Amino acid sequence: MENFTPVAALAGGAMIGFAAVLFMWLNGRIAGVSSIVGGLIIPDKANLPWRAAFIIGLISAPILYGFFGGPVTASIPHSSLLMLAGGLLVGIGTQLGSGCTSGHGVCGVSRFSMRSVAATFTFLATGILTVFLVRHLLGWG
Amino acid sequence: MIRIITAYGAGLLFGLGLVVSQMISPAKVLAFLDVAGNWDPSLAVVLFASVFVAAVGYPIVLKGKAPLFDEKFRLPEKQDIDRKLLTGAGIFGIGWGLSGYCPGPALTAISLAEPKTGLFLLAMAAGWGGTRLITGQR
Repeated sequence: MENFTPVAALAGGAMIGFAAVLFMWLNGRIAGVSSIVGGLIIPDKANLPWRAAFIIGLISAPILYGFFGGPVTASIPHSSLLMLAGGLLVGIGTQLGSGCTSGHGVCGVSRFSMRSVAATFTFLATGILTVFLVRHLLGWG
Repeated sequence: MIRIITAYGAGLLFGLGLVVSQMISPAKVLAFLDVAGNWDPSLAVVLFASVFVAAVGYPIVLKGKAPLFDEKFRLPEKQDIDRKLLTGAGIFGIGWGLSGYCPGPALTAISLAEPKTGLFLLAMAAGWGGTRLITGQR
Protein backbone atom coordinates (compact mmCIF):
# COMPACT_ATOMS: atom_id res chain seq x y z
CA MET A 1 0.00 0.00 0.00
CA GLU A 2 3.02 2.31 -0.29
CA ASN A 3 1.45 3.87 -3.42
CA PHE A 4 -1.65 5.01 -1.45
CA THR A 5 -2.14 8.80 -1.76
CA PRO A 6 -4.95 9.62 0.70
CA VAL A 7 -4.54 13.42 0.82
CA ALA A 8 -4.54 13.87 -2.96
CA ALA A 9 -7.47 11.43 -3.20
CA LEU A 10 -9.50 13.35 -0.60
CA ALA A 11 -8.75 16.72 -2.21
CA GLY A 12 -9.42 15.53 -5.77
CA GLY A 13 -12.55 13.65 -4.72
CA ALA A 14 -13.92 16.72 -2.94
CA MET A 15 -13.31 18.80 -6.10
CA ILE A 16 -15.20 16.24 -8.20
CA GLY A 17 -18.11 16.25 -5.74
CA PHE A 18 -18.12 20.05 -5.66
CA ALA A 19 -18.13 20.18 -9.48
CA ALA A 20 -21.18 17.88 -9.52
CA VAL A 21 -23.05 20.06 -6.99
CA LEU A 22 -22.10 23.23 -8.86
CA PHE A 23 -23.36 21.80 -12.15
CA MET A 24 -26.71 20.96 -10.54
CA TRP A 25 -26.99 24.36 -8.88
CA LEU A 26 -26.13 26.36 -12.01
CA ASN A 27 -27.30 24.18 -14.93
CA GLY A 28 -29.66 21.76 -13.18
CA ARG A 29 -28.01 18.69 -14.60
CA ILE A 30 -26.20 15.54 -13.54
CA ALA A 31 -22.44 15.65 -14.17
CA GLY A 32 -22.35 12.25 -15.87
CA VAL A 33 -19.56 12.18 -18.42
CA SER A 34 -20.88 9.29 -20.52
CA SER A 35 -24.30 10.87 -21.00
CA ILE A 36 -22.83 14.33 -21.65
CA VAL A 37 -20.53 12.95 -24.36
CA GLY A 38 -23.12 10.48 -25.62
CA GLY A 39 -25.25 13.45 -26.66
CA LEU A 40 -22.33 14.76 -28.71
CA ILE A 41 -21.89 11.66 -30.81
CA ILE A 42 -25.46 11.66 -32.09
CA PRO A 43 -26.00 15.35 -31.52
CA ASP A 44 -29.09 17.31 -30.70
CA LYS A 45 -28.44 20.91 -31.63
CA ALA A 46 -30.00 22.64 -28.61
CA ASN A 47 -27.80 20.83 -26.11
CA LEU A 48 -24.62 20.66 -28.16
CA PRO A 49 -22.88 23.86 -26.87
CA TRP A 50 -23.00 23.14 -23.13
CA ARG A 51 -22.08 19.50 -23.66
CA ALA A 52 -19.05 20.53 -25.71
CA ALA A 53 -18.14 23.19 -23.12
CA PHE A 54 -18.16 20.65 -20.28
CA ILE A 55 -15.87 18.34 -22.26
CA ILE A 56 -13.54 21.22 -23.19
CA GLY A 57 -13.43 22.02 -19.47
CA LEU A 58 -12.33 18.47 -18.73
CA ILE A 59 -9.71 18.54 -21.47
CA SER A 60 -8.28 21.90 -20.41
CA ALA A 61 -7.84 20.77 -16.79
CA PRO A 62 -4.46 19.02 -17.17
CA ILE A 63 -3.23 21.83 -19.44
CA LEU A 64 -4.04 24.52 -16.85
CA TYR A 65 -2.74 22.32 -14.05
CA GLY A 66 0.48 21.92 -16.03
CA PHE A 67 0.89 25.72 -16.21
CA PHE A 68 0.19 26.54 -12.57
CA GLY A 69 0.49 23.33 -10.63
CA GLY A 70 3.09 20.93 -11.82
CA PRO A 71 3.75 18.15 -14.26
CA VAL A 72 0.79 15.91 -15.10
CA THR A 73 1.62 12.32 -15.85
CA ALA A 74 -0.44 9.27 -16.64
CA SER A 75 0.89 5.81 -17.15
CA ILE A 76 -0.91 3.19 -19.20
CA PRO A 77 0.46 -0.22 -18.25
CA HIS A 78 -1.78 -2.37 -20.45
CA SER A 79 -1.25 -3.17 -24.14
CA SER A 80 -2.84 -1.34 -27.08
CA LEU A 81 -5.02 -4.38 -27.75
CA LEU A 82 -6.41 -4.29 -24.20
CA MET A 83 -7.02 -0.52 -24.54
CA LEU A 84 -8.98 -1.10 -27.76
CA ALA A 85 -11.04 -3.94 -26.30
CA GLY A 86 -11.52 -1.94 -23.08
CA GLY A 87 -12.69 1.16 -24.96
CA LEU A 88 -15.21 -0.82 -26.99
CA LEU A 89 -16.69 -2.46 -23.87
CA VAL A 90 -16.74 0.84 -21.94
CA GLY A 91 -18.65 2.40 -24.84
CA ILE A 92 -21.18 -0.43 -25.08
CA GLY A 93 -21.55 -0.83 -21.31
CA THR A 94 -22.04 2.83 -20.41
CA GLN A 95 -24.61 3.19 -23.19
CA LEU A 96 -26.61 0.09 -22.15
CA GLY A 97 -26.21 0.84 -18.45
CA SER A 98 -27.00 4.57 -18.83
CA GLY A 99 -23.91 5.77 -17.02
CA CYS A 100 -20.35 5.43 -15.83
CA THR A 101 -18.28 6.17 -12.75
CA SER A 102 -19.32 9.83 -12.65
CA GLY A 103 -23.05 9.54 -13.40
CA HIS A 104 -23.78 6.41 -11.37
CA GLY A 105 -20.80 6.27 -9.01
CA VAL A 106 -20.68 9.91 -7.90
CA CYS A 107 -23.95 11.63 -8.84
CA GLY A 108 -26.30 8.65 -8.50
CA VAL A 109 -24.90 7.13 -5.32
CA SER A 110 -24.86 10.53 -3.58
CA ARG A 111 -28.58 10.93 -4.42
CA PHE A 112 -29.14 7.47 -2.90
CA SER A 113 -30.50 6.18 -6.22
CA MET A 114 -30.74 2.40 -5.79
CA ARG A 115 -30.36 2.02 -9.54
CA SER A 116 -26.98 3.75 -9.40
CA VAL A 117 -25.91 1.88 -6.26
CA ALA A 118 -26.65 -1.43 -8.05
CA ALA A 119 -24.78 -0.30 -11.18
CA THR A 120 -21.78 0.90 -9.13
CA PHE A 121 -21.43 -2.36 -7.21
CA THR A 122 -21.77 -4.26 -10.50
CA PHE A 123 -19.02 -2.41 -12.37
CA LEU A 124 -16.73 -2.43 -9.35
CA ALA A 125 -17.20 -6.21 -9.10
CA THR A 126 -16.63 -6.96 -12.81
CA GLY A 127 -13.71 -4.50 -12.88
CA ILE A 128 -11.99 -6.22 -9.96
CA LEU A 129 -12.67 -9.69 -11.44
CA THR A 130 -11.34 -8.61 -14.84
CA VAL A 131 -8.10 -7.24 -13.39
CA PHE A 132 -7.65 -10.44 -11.36
CA LEU A 133 -8.15 -12.52 -14.50
CA VAL A 134 -5.90 -10.36 -16.69
CA ARG A 135 -3.05 -9.88 -14.22
CA HIS A 136 -3.00 -12.97 -12.06
CA LEU A 137 -4.51 -15.78 -14.12
CA LEU A 138 -3.53 -14.78 -17.67
CA GLY A 139 -0.48 -12.73 -16.71
CA TRP A 140 -1.13 -10.01 -19.36
CA GLY A 141 -0.78 -7.00 -17.06
CA MET B 1 -24.34 31.79 -23.24
CA ILE B 2 -24.02 31.76 -19.47
CA ARG B 3 -24.91 28.04 -19.42
CA ILE B 4 -21.97 27.32 -21.70
CA ILE B 5 -19.57 29.18 -19.39
CA THR B 6 -20.87 27.41 -16.28
CA ALA B 7 -20.68 24.03 -18.02
CA TYR B 8 -17.08 24.80 -18.93
CA GLY B 9 -16.33 25.73 -15.29
CA ALA B 10 -17.93 22.57 -13.91
CA GLY B 11 -16.05 20.43 -16.44
CA LEU B 12 -12.79 22.19 -15.59
CA LEU B 13 -13.21 21.66 -11.83
CA PHE B 14 -14.23 18.05 -12.42
CA GLY B 15 -11.14 17.52 -14.58
CA LEU B 16 -8.87 19.20 -12.03
CA GLY B 17 -10.23 16.81 -9.41
CA LEU B 18 -9.31 13.88 -11.67
CA VAL B 19 -5.81 15.32 -12.20
CA VAL B 20 -5.18 16.08 -8.50
CA SER B 21 -6.36 12.62 -7.42
CA GLN B 22 -4.31 11.04 -10.27
CA MET B 23 -7.40 9.23 -11.52
CA ILE B 24 -6.36 10.19 -15.07
CA SER B 25 -3.62 7.59 -14.76
CA PRO B 26 -4.85 4.08 -15.67
CA ALA B 27 -1.99 2.62 -13.60
CA LYS B 28 -3.50 4.24 -10.49
CA VAL B 29 -7.02 2.98 -11.26
CA LEU B 30 -5.77 -0.54 -12.01
CA ALA B 31 -3.82 -0.55 -8.74
CA PHE B 32 -7.16 -0.07 -6.97
CA LEU B 33 -8.95 -2.77 -8.96
CA ASP B 34 -6.01 -5.16 -8.40
CA VAL B 35 -7.01 -6.31 -4.92
CA ALA B 36 -4.71 -9.35 -5.11
CA GLY B 37 -1.69 -7.26 -6.13
CA ASN B 38 0.02 -4.23 -4.58
CA TRP B 39 -3.34 -2.73 -3.60
CA ASP B 40 -3.85 1.06 -3.70
CA PRO B 41 -7.10 2.19 -1.98
CA SER B 42 -6.88 5.76 -3.41
CA LEU B 43 -9.83 5.34 -5.82
CA ALA B 44 -12.10 4.33 -2.94
CA VAL B 45 -11.12 7.53 -1.09
CA VAL B 46 -11.81 9.63 -4.22
CA LEU B 47 -15.22 8.02 -4.63
CA PHE B 48 -16.01 8.40 -0.93
CA ALA B 49 -14.97 12.07 -0.81
CA SER B 50 -16.89 12.99 -3.97
CA VAL B 51 -20.02 11.14 -2.86
CA PHE B 52 -19.82 12.78 0.57
CA VAL B 53 -19.57 16.31 -0.85
CA ALA B 54 -22.36 15.67 -3.37
CA ALA B 55 -24.60 13.99 -0.77
CA VAL B 56 -24.32 17.11 1.40
CA GLY B 57 -24.54 19.59 -1.47
CA TYR B 58 -27.32 18.16 -3.66
CA PRO B 59 -30.15 18.43 -1.07
CA ILE B 60 -29.20 22.07 -0.35
CA VAL B 61 -29.17 22.94 -4.06
CA LEU B 62 -32.33 20.96 -4.85
CA LYS B 63 -34.30 22.83 -2.17
CA GLY B 64 -34.44 25.68 -4.66
CA LYS B 65 -37.24 25.78 -7.26
CA ALA B 66 -34.91 25.76 -10.25
CA PRO B 67 -31.23 25.97 -11.12
CA LEU B 68 -29.75 29.44 -11.49
CA PHE B 69 -29.51 29.33 -15.29
CA ASP B 70 -32.24 26.95 -16.48
CA GLU B 71 -36.00 26.45 -16.04
CA LYS B 72 -35.87 23.22 -14.05
CA PHE B 73 -33.67 20.54 -12.56
CA ARG B 74 -33.26 17.55 -14.87
CA LEU B 75 -32.84 14.42 -12.81
CA PRO B 76 -32.94 10.85 -14.09
CA GLU B 77 -36.47 9.50 -13.69
CA LYS B 78 -35.85 5.78 -14.00
CA GLN B 79 -36.00 3.87 -10.72
CA ASP B 80 -36.04 0.22 -11.72
CA ILE B 81 -33.03 -2.05 -11.50
CA ASP B 82 -33.47 -4.04 -14.71
CA ARG B 83 -31.39 -6.50 -16.67
CA LYS B 84 -30.25 -3.85 -19.17
CA LEU B 85 -28.78 -1.69 -16.39
CA LEU B 86 -26.90 -4.56 -14.77
CA THR B 87 -25.69 -6.03 -18.08
CA GLY B 88 -24.44 -2.61 -19.17
CA ALA B 89 -22.73 -1.90 -15.84
CA GLY B 90 -21.15 -5.37 -15.93
CA ILE B 91 -19.80 -4.86 -19.46
CA PHE B 92 -18.54 -1.38 -18.54
CA GLY B 93 -16.66 -2.85 -15.55
CA ILE B 94 -14.94 -5.41 -17.78
CA GLY B 95 -13.77 -2.66 -20.14
CA TRP B 96 -12.67 -0.56 -17.16
CA GLY B 97 -10.62 -3.48 -15.83
CA LEU B 98 -9.05 -4.22 -19.24
CA SER B 99 -7.95 -0.60 -19.78
CA GLY B 100 -7.91 1.27 -16.46
CA TYR B 101 -9.95 4.05 -18.09
CA CYS B 102 -13.53 5.18 -17.74
CA PRO B 103 -14.94 7.98 -19.96
CA GLY B 104 -14.09 11.02 -17.75
CA PRO B 105 -10.41 10.30 -17.18
CA ALA B 106 -9.86 9.14 -20.78
CA LEU B 107 -11.24 12.43 -22.18
CA THR B 108 -9.40 14.51 -19.58
CA ALA B 109 -6.13 12.82 -20.58
CA ILE B 110 -6.40 13.78 -24.31
CA SER B 111 -3.80 16.57 -24.04
CA LEU B 112 -1.19 14.15 -22.70
CA ALA B 113 -1.19 12.79 -26.27
CA GLU B 114 -0.75 9.13 -25.44
CA PRO B 115 -1.55 7.02 -28.52
CA LYS B 116 -3.18 4.39 -26.30
CA THR B 117 -5.62 7.02 -24.98
CA GLY B 118 -6.60 7.76 -28.58
CA LEU B 119 -7.16 4.08 -29.29
CA PHE B 120 -9.33 3.76 -26.20
CA LEU B 121 -11.42 6.82 -27.12
CA LEU B 122 -11.94 5.73 -30.73
CA ALA B 123 -13.06 2.28 -29.62
CA MET B 124 -15.29 3.83 -26.96
CA ALA B 125 -16.98 6.09 -29.53
CA ALA B 126 -17.51 3.08 -31.81
CA GLY B 127 -19.04 1.09 -28.93
CA TRP B 128 -21.33 3.97 -28.03
CA GLY B 129 -22.48 4.71 -31.56
CA GLY B 130 -22.91 1.04 -32.41
CA THR B 131 -25.00 0.36 -29.31
CA ARG B 132 -27.18 3.39 -29.98
CA LEU B 133 -27.78 2.31 -33.56
CA ILE B 134 -28.62 -1.26 -32.58
CA THR B 135 -30.84 -0.44 -29.60
CA GLY B 136 -32.41 2.47 -31.49
CA GLN B 137 -31.87 4.97 -28.68
CA ARG B 138 -31.73 8.66 -29.38
